[in-house]
Amino acid sequence: MRNLWIFISRYNAFFFFIIFFTIGVVLTVRNNSYQRSVTINSTNKVVGDVYNNLNVLKKYMNLGSVNDSLAVENAKLKTEILALKNIDTAKEVLVKDTAGVPQYTYLSARVIKNSITNRNNFITINRGKADGIETNMPVISPGTGVVGFVQDVSDHLATVRSLLHKDTHISVSLKRNNAVGSLVWGDRNSDYRKAYIKEIPNHFKVKLKDTVVTSGFSFFPSGIPVGTVSNTGISTGDNFMTVEINLFNDFSTLQYVYVIKNKLAKEQTELEAKLPNEQ
Amino acid sequence: MSSRLVLTNIVRWFILLLFQILLLRNLSFYNMATPFVYILFLLLLPFGIPNLLLYLIAFATGLTLDAFYDTLGVHTAACVTLVFVRILFISVTVSRDGFDEPEPTLGNMGFKWFLLYAFLCTFAHHIVLFFLETFRLTEFSYTLLKCLLSGVFTLFLVTLIEFIFYNRKVR
Repeated sequence: MRNLWIFISRYNAFFFFIIFFTIGVVLTVRNNSYQRSVTINSTNKVVGDVYNNLNVLKKYMNLGSVNDSLAVENAKLKTEILALKNIDTAKEVLVKDTAGVPQYTYLSARVIKNSITNRNNFITINRGKADGIETNMPVISPGTGVVGFVQDVSDHLATVRSLLHKDTHISVSLKRNNAVGSLVWGDRNSDYRKAYIKEIPNHFKVKLKDTVVTSGFSFFPSGIPVGTVSNTGISTGDNFMTVEINLFNDFSTLQYVYVIKNKLAKEQTELEAKLPNEQ
Repeated sequence: MSSRLVLTNIVRWFILLLFQILLLRNLSFYNMATPFVYILFLLLLPFGIPNLLLYLIAFATGLTLDAFYDTLGVHTAACVTLVFVRILFISVTVSRDGFDEPEPTLGNMGFKWFLLYAFLCTFAHHIVLFFLETFRLTEFSYTLLKCLLSGVFTLFLVTLIEFIFYNRKVR
């Protein structure tokens, strides 16, 4: 026993290393899984405050470009309203959703922390439980393009697992022929303006500059523009092809985002949980 | 350990972590080389610290970084690895009974020693960091390349900072 103690104390550096390294790895693995109890991240009060205060300065510097993008969006929405009004007066038809109210409602949020340089990137937004944010809500950017899913929620802040993360898969389709694939980022590529669509069946013809939109099979509403095809010549060696796309939205200048509340999300997940083959 | 040394290290901790979180977090070359200069704090900790305390400091530093990077556990494990390499390297190269110098800076230890020391520690840290972050082996070669480029970038900045605050002890 005494020899054992001498042995351990002599090589204490190694044993301490094993202990602390194990704690670190366990934390990492736990953080990757779904059930997470520890919240040492940017939804934390202290960390969130730092980013919030820092963002005040940044907000002013980007005020011009944000204003422009909002003006563009306003103009687009106004034309859409006008178009809708025209249709209404001609036909007098009211399109009603099954539930009587819109299925999707948008909530705007300000980005207070963003990163694009890591393999797994997260965004922190200034909305939380108090605003009705829940985990797995989809997030899009104001003009065009998808951003990601809500990961953790605190009272007034939430983190978003951005598209630039290894575990984010979004179901998308090609607008021209409705071929469905899975949008992922970062396989041997870390350009934040590019992403890949995997698992498009080989028999579909994909052309350059084809528009890619969300398919509506994941939590995103269908038809949100995501990007355009930029490279079709990636060989995979199986029955599915991989296509490289240019994303419409620029993650490096993200200032405001919309969180989408889906009224039927809970219903859908409950229903689909009953299926035997779904995971 | 003198109180001045403790104070220096606390100030250094704050400055380097703020530098990392507020500035370097947004900096990278083509998303391939990302510097992690905060490890300089762990490199420059004084010689006389007991191992357990060294590990605890590294653990706390890593955890703080993780909170700001939203990567719980990744920086923690990387920092702990760095400290392990640090202890091994120092025990091999510096005689145990009398540390002439209080801390392993460039000015105290000389360019060659410091570069090798920083090189080993940086790469140990970066390898653990990038592979834990990616957490899959399908991107092995790509992650290794990223790790290498980032390591060189970090090493360059660390050496640069050391040269800026260079003060040679009169021997």
